Amino acid sequence: MSQHVLDKLKARFGTSILETHSDFGDDTAVVEPSQWKAVCQYLREEPALDFDLPVDLCGVDYPTRIPRMEVVMHLYSIAKGHRVRLKARVGDEEMSGAELDSVTSIWPGMNWLEREVWDMSGVRFNGHPDLRRILMYPEFEGHPLQKTYPADRTQPLVPYRTEEEAGLPLGKLEPFGPDEGMPFGRGGLPRVVDHEDD
Amino acid sequence: MGDVNRSLTVTGSEQGFATTRVDALLGWARKYSLFAYPFVTACCGMEFMALTSPRFDLARFGAEAPRFSPRQADLLWVVGTISQRQAPALRRIYEQMMSPKYVLAFGTCASTGGFYDNYTTVPGIDTIIPTDVYIPGCPPRPEAVLDGLMLLQDRIARNERRPGVVKPRVDPLSSVDGLVKLRRSAQDPRELVPELKREEEAAMALAGPVAEAPPGAKR
Repeated sequence: MSQHVLDKLKARFGTSILETHSDFGDDTAVVEPSQWKAVCQYLREEPALDFDLPVDLCGVDYPTRIPRMEVVMHLYSIAKGHRVRLKARVGDEEMSGAELDSVTSIWPGMNWLEREVWDMSGVRFNGHPDLRRILMYPEFEGHPLQKTYPADRTQPLVPYRTEEEAGLPLGKLEPFGPDEGMPFGRGGLPRVVDHEDD
Repeated sequence: MGDVNRSLTVTGSEQGFATTRVDALLGWARKYSLFAYPFVTACCGMEFMALTSPRFDLARFGAEAPRFSPRQADLLWVVGTISQRQAPALRRIYEQMMSPKYVLAFGTCASTGGFYDNYTTVPGIDTIIPTDVYIPGCPPRPEAVLDGLMLLQDRIARNERRPGVVKPRVDPLSSVDGLVKLRRSAQDPRELVPELKREEEAAMALAGPVAEAPPGAKR
């Protein structure tokens, strides 16, 4: 469907595109991890490609392969109506070297998705503004979607804490600005002032 | 009754009287005045919505009024799977409720964690808060939930805090039809439960040779 996207990528990046395929109509390019951000920048800014919607980002663990963790990104162009799937393979058996450049400067919406991949799969994103766990709590040890995480391992319950006690940011979270998102919670609501007129 | 003043002043020999204890009277009053706080997290919520609809008429039990602040509620419905990350919030809500307070675990996930045995699910809410009644089922039928509510009311009336579990209305082992055949090729359920076959044979022997049921007859 979108073979011309793969053709353009191969023409521009040459051997940095490690392999491509279009199985089941899904055009896929496997990218050299060092070129991850450059490829994304090109896909976003080239007028003929114009990938303006980051659909999804996830990590897939193949414990028998080296590099073992595959980061998969799905992109869509609202204007052109075409899609592409990017993959980058990172990390050895011990998950060292499992890192990529963050693309939050290209698509602000990738912020939470990169946090999810860090939380679940343990891939670091260099240059991310706020790389914290997003689904699990700060005390959680390990990354549960790695195949080396024991399937039945549960971790101790944590006590209740306010955002302040947990050391979490009190303002609106990225990528929401101060006047975006829900008006309540996370310090969005103005404090009630006690009137002392007695 | 008619005139209240008169019935209070007449002597017992004319009108009859009843004795009770204060705690029994309080229990009787409390069991029909349950203000619910629904903590609904998962698919059991659909069954909870069915339960609170007029068809099952929760108002019969005096438990139909939901309160959306735990400070006004005395019955906490925990409906659905509780994740490790929700656990502190659930505990906080329980602590905010007024005493005497009761907790109802709605469904298998809230009771035991269900089939989730992994990093993210609490294995039963009784690891966080004391629980009064467990209602098994995935999700439980509204009838089972009503059984659980009546069980809770019974406990409240008797001022007893021992946890209770809702039992199935019909024991599936009590009839062969109650057993589910998982595969077409599975053997006759009577072979799996030898007592059933022996009982059936005994019944056949008692009834004599005419007991053979016509094919397709309902038991």
